[in-house]
Amino acid sequence: MDVLLANLDGILAGFRTTLSMFAISGLMSLILGTVLAAMRVSPIPILRATGTGYVTVIRNTPLVVMFVLIVFGLPEVGIRPSFFVRAVLALTLYTAAFVCEAVRSGINAVQPGQAEAARSLGMTFGQTLGLIVLPQALRSVVPPLVSILIALTKNTAVAEVFGVTDAAYELHNLIRDHPQAVYALFFGVAAGYIAITLTIAGLGRLLERRLVVIR
Amino acid sequence: MRLRRTFALATATVLALGLAACGGDDDDTSAPPVATGTQFPAGSTMAALNTAQSIKIGVKYDQPGVGFLNPETNENEGLDIEIAKIVAGALGIPEDKIEWVETVSANREPFLQAGTVDIVVASYSITDERREVVGQAGPYYLTGQQLLVREADKDRITGPDQLSGIKVCSVTGSTSIERVEQDYGAQPVPFATYTECVQQLLNNSVDAVTTDGSILLGYAAQQPDDLEVVGDAFSEERYGIGYKHADTAMCEFLNETLTKAFTDGTWKTAFDNTLGQSGAEAPQPPTLDPCT
Repeated sequence: MDVLLANLDGILAGFRTTLSMFAISGLMSLILGTVLAAMRVSPIPILRATGTGYVTVIRNTPLVVMFVLIVFGLPEVGIRPSFFVRAVLALTLYTAAFVCEAVRSGINAVQPGQAEAARSLGMTFGQTLGLIVLPQALRSVVPPLVSILIALTKNTAVAEVFGVTDAAYELHNLIRDHPQAVYALFFGVAAGYIAITLTIAGLGRLLERRLVVIR
Repeated sequence: MRLRRTFALATATVLALGLAACGGDDDDTSAPPVATGTQFPAGSTMAALNTAQSIKIGVKYDQPGVGFLNPETNENEGLDIEIAKIVAGALGIPEDKIEWVETVSANREPFLQAGTVDIVVASYSITDERREVVGQAGPYYLTGQQLLVREADKDRITGPDQLSGIKVCSVTGSTSIERVEQDYGAQPVPFATYTECVQQLLNNSVDAVTTDGSILLGYAAQQPDDLEVVGDAFSEERYGIGYKHADTAMCEFLNETLTKAFTDGTWKTAFDNTLGQSGAEAPQPPTLDPCT
């Protein structure tokens, strides 16, 4: 316990990095995932194929492979963003595939009559999707999206071996300096992650209640 | 039952003798001698390992010259490996009965505590904190933290004093990465292995790699035109052999074995065949810490 308090500054600095990684890649993957879902249900074959291909490839490869591709691959073609940006990029591209599928399942759950009615009113595909289908679809997929964001929070820890000094990195440093307090350190840092994920889950429940569709 | 065990022991001894003889014929290997007929105190770790005729040794796989799994030959090589073979030999266990287990900086204590490995010879710096949870015999080699930079930068970065604000790569959870951050204001960049750090150095994503000089020399020796080790050592690292906490008999045995290797030249041979390949002269053997 003393070890945790004495090193609180370092641990909190690590969690600030973890939180920023989560917040930025979470937001970006929600946007990218929704765009991908729209592509997968669009009437244009090439967009559909691209979306399907993306999901198939990314969802079926380990996150570490994505990290290796971005962290070691980008410099090979002359692009060298900071390690934080590389980590956010890898996390975003990976998580977006899962967001896409969750959103698509929501779209499929919207009754076909809704889209048909919109089309018969003369709405374009974009209008139908953006104004009629997606608002209903997103409401129904809050629980799976919350799960994906919780997984993302924990996935950020992979960045500790790809150049980012996040909470998991701080934990490693502390375990080395205080091997006798390994369990206190482990549970302390685990509590930090749980605090983040419980907050996400709580916000998710709130949203769910506010947005629930009465059918 | 007893008969069968005696038979097995006899067979093992004959096998070991046969192997030792083979090793003697082979000129380009310098396999440390395998002790035969040594008596160990009953119930000691050494006796158990000797009877089992096998030992699990935790070593590094990614440190050329120190502990390295050569991808071409699929053989472990380096100073740590040679030291490990000397210890196994003193236990009466031939080289091919050693089970190599990869350890990284962060899992050495847990592996020793859980018995995943019997001993650790993995560029394992002796520290007071570590000695609270595991045993560390030695030191068998002294080195110090240094900097590896690109050849083009060797006049710009000449030592730790120029590190302020500079991206310096080392392994997650190592003492080296914390020291450059805390004492010299460097921006730490953690990776899982030193090899990955060297890659990021070569692709210009970081400006220096830091860890023990012995490890850096190994990388510089692999790519002498691109990489350079600069500056004097700015820490003292004392490599020790990790064993299970409070096993004093094991410590006495390890110290005896090391003392013997220091005096009869096997330690020097081990150095010359590994780190010595970079052109470095074998230093004086270090003074061992007493077992407590």
